[in-house]
Amino acid sequence: MIKEAIIVGASSGMGYEVARQLAEAGTKVAVVARRLDRLEQLAAAFPGKILCYSHDVTHFEEIPGLFQQITHDLGGLDLFLYASGVMPEVGWHEYSFTKDKPMVDVNISGAVAWINEAAERMDNTRHGRLVAIGSVAGERGRSQQPVYNASKAFLHTYMEAIRNRIARHGVAVVTIKPGPTETEMTAHLKMKKMPVEVAARKIIALSGKTGEHFLSPVHAVAFFIIRNFPSFIFRKLKV
Amino acid sequence: MIRATSPSRMVRATGFGMTEGGDVYLYRPTNVQEVKDILQMARETGRQVVLRGSGRSYGDANIARECLMLDISRMNQIYSINKQSAEVDCQAGVTIEQLWRSTLEDGFWPPIVSGTMAPTLAGALGMNIHGKNAYVAGPIGEHVTELDVVLPNGDVRTLKPENPLFHAVISSAGLLGVITRVRLKMKRIKSGDLRVLPLSVPDWAGQFKIFEDLEHDADYMVTWIDCFGRGKHAGRGVFHAAWYTQENEEFPSTLRPENQDLPDTILGFFPKSVVWRFLKPLNNRFGMRALNAAKHHASRLLGNGKQHPQGLVGFSFLLDYVPNWRNAYLPGGFIQYQSFVPKEHAPRVFAEQVRLQQEAKLESFLGVMKRHKPDPFLFSHGVDGYSLALDFKVTRKNREKLWQLAHAMNDLVVAAGGKFYLAKDSTLRPADFQATIGSENLARYFDLKAELDPESILTSSLAKRLGLDPREFSK
Ligand SMILES: Cc1cc2nc3c(=O)[nH]c(=O)nc-3n(C[C@H](O)[C@H](O)[C@H](O)COP(=O)(O)OP(=O)(O)OC[C@H]3O[C@@H](n4cnc5c(N)ncnc54)[C@H](O)[C@@H]3O)c2cc1C
Ligand SMILES: NC(=O)c1ccc[n+]([C@@H]2O[C@H](COP(=O)([O-])OP(=O)(O)OC[C@H]3O[C@@H](n4cnc5c(N)ncnc54)[C@H](OP(=O)(O)O)[C@@H]3O)[C@@H](O)[C@H]2O)c1
Repeated sequence: MIKEAIIVGASSGMGYEVARQLAEAGTKVAVVARRLDRLEQLAAAFPGKILCYSHDVTHFEEIPGLFQQITHDLGGLDLFLYASGVMPEVGWHEYSFTKDKPMVDVNISGAVAWINEAAERMDNTRHGRLVAIGSVAGERGRSQQPVYNASKAFLHTYMEAIRNRIARHGVAVVTIKPGPTETEMTAHLKMKKMPVEVAARKIIALSGKTGEHFLSPVHAVAFFIIRNFPSFIFRKLKV
Repeated sequence: MIRATSPSRMVRATGFGMTEGGDVYLYRPTNVQEVKDILQMARETGRQVVLRGSGRSYGDANIARECLMLDISRMNQIYSINKQSAEVDCQAGVTIEQLWRSTLEDGFWPPIVSGTMAPTLAGALGMNIHGKNAYVAGPIGEHVTELDVVLPNGDVRTLKPENPLFHAVISSAGLLGVITRVRLKMKRIKSGDLRVLPLSVPDWAGQFKIFEDLEHDADYMVTWIDCFGRGKHAGRGVFHAAWYTQENEEFPSTLRPENQDLPDTILGFFPKSVVWRFLKPLNNRFGMRALNAAKHHASRLLGNGKQHPQGLVGFSFLLDYVPNWRNAYLPGGFIQYQSFVPKEHAPRVFAEQVRLQQEAKLESFLGVMKRHKPDPFLFSHGVDGYSLALDFKVTRKNREKLWQLAHAMNDLVVAAGGKFYLAKDSTLRPADFQATIGSENLARYFDLKAELDPESILTSSLAKRLGLDPREFSK
């Protein structure tokens, strides 16, 4: 039973839906994101079950204090999920640091700042589930999204290292690698997407299982192949 | 914004039964000033404090969630042993083991000991523990001549039995103040050996009869009950009485601690440290039914009624023979359930409790019955009657059913005017505790809590579960 959870990036998409489903199942959830109105809307649907915190993950210096505040308010911590992420549209020939920097700040630095807090705690308490949302995009550096792909590859490697530190104590350290999912992030993309409710349900089910997980067997097979594609061929593909 | 208490301070703490746990910020003070500092930090950070001794209470009395844990175990100095008055003056983190090891040679034994020597005096007084001599010696609080307590506001008070606060601080499960020093009156002994009489007992009637026969005679009495026994075998088990002895020598060698030490091996061969691994496969209904039956039959055939000498340590701390025995209950852990019932109702209530277990197929793997007497402490568990202590294995599957069983057993105890013991509790509902402790005692507790700890700094998961933490009311 997950009694208390923290979800960073819970105002929309997968973070929101995981928060909703957990609250429905009786978990007390602390939801964190910039758009407080969205968080409060969710909280209104589950009186007493959801605590809202307005926070921008790029305000790194706030994070240790806020983490303490939230665990105090929750009265415990069984699951920590980092779901914040950004993926601005980047053109095939665009090299824009203005667009790239937020991906480094949110997908990497914010993730490290938050996950370090949760990991240090769980390293000591030897209890809990630590989950981060990576992406299939982190499997290869594709020409379309250099920094987004790299940010997710960073997250996967960072989470692997955290896993190697603390999973031995019985902490579940989990990297989720979703494929295209129906959320605001991908609203502009025309492709087959997994409904967000389905993705969230799978994330919750996998949250106790240490390791890296795709959300569908098709992805697992497809990305096994893509991962092992020789670079000199991969380079020629327009992906 | 509260001040950051670092995650590097954190540990997960569980009760001895390992069923309940909580993540806490661990502090181990070594002196009174550090105790005050921790209380001060709690006030500044808005966090609460849970007090912890050796963590031997089974349920959730020595844990809390997201609180500061004040672990008293490093305050373990013995200040003095007064051979004239038989009093030991020491810090409250001194354990029962430390106490007997340091005083046995002078001819002293702790007046009250629990089935394990691990508890600290602070924890023993928090719960006001009883021994197999409870019907003559009462709980441990009756043998304390003075103690120091740090109140949640940082004031230090020295309490003697005539001070009204004395009987409240002792027994109130660490919710009114931090005990930091204790002066305890020891029992004088002339030998490290007891004379022990084992008796195989066929049924409930036999059990109660022996207790009554020896009540004014024996120094210690305890009986083991096979909870799998049914029909005419219900209540069967093995009773032990013991008496202090005298030896002719001026300094009997039985008073040397090294002669009391428990052996390192079982049957001279199995290293004790691995024994729990062999117990684990037996630790289910079928294994335990067989083990209980074997023990009963062995008691009928071997040594029944034959008195023999046994060391105080071996007799008192039977459960310390097998280190880590509780691991045999992993992964789910176990709960202990002990109820105290006035003597006129005990035979009926205990027989019914065991019958309910059998009906639910949730028999206790170990049943232990003792004789008690009433005492004047605030959260007293003493009655003029008997207690039956039971161990139940907890699994994810049986948990709900087990709690239902416990609640059905509670109802019997409440109706019979009985009591419960917080050190052994995991299943009480607030109403069960209120009904048994009495509204007068409860009102006095809340008055004291408001006076001594108005911000409700001191808490525990047990306090929150039983409605004893006023901070919960304001939520
Ligand atoms: C194998 C075994 C056998 C046992 N046999 C018996 C028995 O025969 N008789 C019996 O009575 N009990 C028995 N017990 C229970 C045990 O004696 C009590 O639970 C005792 O309180 C444990 O002491 P501790 O030092 O481990 O304290 P903990 O369990 O850590 O704490 C006990 C309580 O004291 C409070 N406390 C801790 N420190 C302080 C302090 N400084 N000031 C005030 N309060 C404080 C805690 O908050 C808690 O409520 C047994 C337990 C085990 C595991
Ligand atoms: N959708 C997909 O197809 C897909 C596929 C693979 C992986 N992912 C990954 O899944 C995760 C969730 O994305 P999603 O698809 O659910 O997208 P989403 O609906 O856009 O949600 C993104 C979340 O991140 C939060 N966020 C963004 N910037 C933030 C900041 N500076 N501070 C705090 N929070 C911030 C947002 O909250 P605020 O804006 O309110 O702050 C929002 O709650 C992301 O890591 C994403 O990379 C998505």
